Amino acid sequence: MVSPSDFLTIPLDDWVNFFVKDWLVPNFRPAFRAMQWPITQVLNTLDGVLNAIPMVLFTVGLSLIAWRTAGRGVAIFTLFALAFIDMIGLWPETMTTLSMVVTAVFFCTVIGIPLGIAAAASDRFQAALRPVLDIMQTIPSFVYLVPIVMLFGVGMVPGIIATIIFALPPIIRLTNLGIRNVRGDLVEAATAFGATAWQTLWEVQFPLALRTVMAGLNQTLMLALSMVVIAALIGAGGLGLTVYTGLGRLDVGNATAGGIGIVLLAIVLDRMTQGLGEKRSVRTVSLAATLKSLFSPRAVSSGQTERAS
Amino acid sequence: MPVKVSVKNIFKIFGMEPHRGLELLKNGRSKEDIFEETGQTVGVEDASFDVEEGQIFVVMGLSGSGKSTLVRMINGLIEPSAGQIIIDGDDVASCSPARLRDIRRNKVSMVFQHFALFPHKTVAENVAFGLKIKGMPAEERRRRAMEALAQVGLESRADSYPDELSGGMQQRVGLARGLAAEPEILLMDEPFSALDPLIRRDMQEELLELQRTLKKTIIFITHDLNEALILGNQIAIMRNGRFVQTGTAEEIVANPANDYVAAFTQDIDRSRVFTADSVAGPADAVQLSTDTAKNAIERMEAAGSDAIYVLDGERIAGAVTYRDLTALMRDNGGALASALITDFPSARRSTPLFELYSLAQSGLPIAVTNRKGRLDGVIAPQAVFAKLAGEAAAA
Ligand SMILES: Nc1ncnc2c1ncn2[C@@H]1O[C@H](COP(=O)(O)OP(=O)(O)O)[C@@H](O)[C@H]1O
Ligand SMILES: [Mg+2]
Repeated sequence: MVSPSDFLTIPLDDWVNFFVKDWLVPNFRPAFRAMQWPITQVLNTLDGVLNAIPMVLFTVGLSLIAWRTAGRGVAIFTLFALAFIDMIGLWPETMTTLSMVVTAVFFCTVIGIPLGIAAAASDRFQAALRPVLDIMQTIPSFVYLVPIVMLFGVGMVPGIIATIIFALPPIIRLTNLGIRNVRGDLVEAATAFGATAWQTLWEVQFPLALRTVMAGLNQTLMLALSMVVIAALIGAGGLGLTVYTGLGRLDVGNATAGGIGIVLLAIVLDRMTQGLGEKRSVRTVSLAATLKSLFSPRAVSSGQTERAS
Repeated sequence: MPVKVSVKNIFKIFGMEPHRGLELLKNGRSKEDIFEETGQTVGVEDASFDVEEGQIFVVMGLSGSGKSTLVRMINGLIEPSAGQIIIDGDDVASCSPARLRDIRRNKVSMVFQHFALFPHKTVAENVAFGLKIKGMPAEERRRRAMEALAQVGLESRADSYPDELSGGMQQRVGLARGLAAEPEILLMDEPFSALDPLIRRDMQEELLELQRTLKKTIIFITHDLNEALILGNQIAIMRNGRFVQTGTAEEIVANPANDYVAAFTQDIDRSRVFTADSVAGPADAVQLSTDTAKNAIERMEAAGSDAIYVLDGERIAGAVTYRDLTALMRDNGGALASALITDFPSARRSTPLFELYSLAQSGLPIAVTNRKGRLDGVIAPQAVFAKLAGEAAAA
């Protein structure tokens, strides 16, 4: 049988090798190293603080926060979950994972919300961003582990960078969506009273989009947690490492303990951020309505003049 | 009255490259043609009008006739494709964004059909929105917002959220928000259309009441001719992006420019459009001191009426009827005073016809009085009913 490769073979692997090894790494390694700096700072600060707080104090504190944001049930669950984690001997690992995840989510927020806002403001930017986000969400995370190691080395911070890439899309998408779904006549009213674009964003669009943005934050957080084991492959510590080493040594006990730790942490953080989203914006478009509009054929756009009289 | 807003030959064509559509339109092509050829929609075509200070200018038209587009060009929410909109010497259509913002903050504010209240802000915060945008300090803002809320009778709801209020209350908040910055011009795009008929009535009364003291220049959009006639000092009827007739309520009802307008005026409530002025005759009267019953009877016979007013100097003393006077003549042929009816109906020139119904039922002619209470005209009771009935026949 004839096949196209009889006539032409494309050495894609060589090209990529060349691009990354011979061009990107030698030319930009210092730049990439510099990018690690802010992440390192945030991580170290957070890690220092979390490890300095005594376990009991932290548990009580987090339970109180959970109580305020998500109610009594979640608070009680938080109390027991953290106590359990301590009892199975994974407290330090959990704190490491927590500081890693919070750092990643912090950077996702700092990067993602402005990008989401920009995408909502400009159709062209949205069109350009969409395929990038699609790629970020479909590429298996193993694929970019190698270039990340080459550019950033191994360790905690490269792990966080991989996590950021993986967890970034939802917060961008949902910020964009939330702002676009703000009722057009409200934006128009703000403009009619002389608001600048920034004032409209700050006074009307962002507050009304907040519930959707929080849903994005929640998803980003969950994705970040799901990366902790993979990040352990390139040298990140914490619960991910516990699972990973358990896996390597066929130590079912350890792997299970680490896994349970991750799950408990995930449930606590999920409920708390969900509670936050519900509470903060009782009066905005419901998430259900927002998600429904995703699938409706007629795109809801802001800024348009309403046509019906 | 000085002209406050002057709109000159304004066009709006929706779509890319509006000048192409404009060109075709000026060459006399129809809107359908233009849509077929270029995909552009003609929103407003060559509208011109002046609004005098302190007047309510109403634009009335069916859905899709271009009313919202027109009113949004006045505060620059929609940029006109051609034409000028002059507000106090500034051309809104061509001024800088900063100037436009300044106009929106200080001079022109807007009330919306679906209220457009911010759901995450309290009533007071909503009302203070324009002031916050201008950078007014919080305390002063609150004070001004409370004043504006007092004007619409909603101070007690200042700290509620909009979704806790009824539709009518929400639109009062919308109105207060429009008034808070003390603009000179108020744009109202079908502000009462989303309300129940009864509440709509109240709101119309309330707007007129407010307008008596505030004397804003108001451009009011509606699809309801009755509303237009009740509120408007001047009314423009809009169809397919064009003005088909502009005039006062009476002018439009009395002389519809074409069949389209006539079709609307057919089912309107004429008793609210026409005033006593439209049926008042001359101030025919006799003098109490100098005229006798005989003179009065002669005057009534000449005028074909069966009652006449009697003046005492300039003051209205009362009215006398033909029947009473002839009886008086038979008995002793004496002075008017003994037949004088002092409990006579009276109205002002601006009184709407519907208020004359009950007055006309007394059978006496209605005295039209001026501001000082002097006789200014007389309305024969039949004339009131004839006006209302006659128009139906005319239409
Ligand atoms: N943003 C827009 N893009 C295209 N066409 C529009 C737009 N806004 C309004 N139109 C069209 O312009 C015409 C007038 O609309 P509008 O001013 O909303 O009418 P009204 O307020 O009298 O109901 C309609 O045919 C409408 O479809
Ligand atoms: Mg409209």
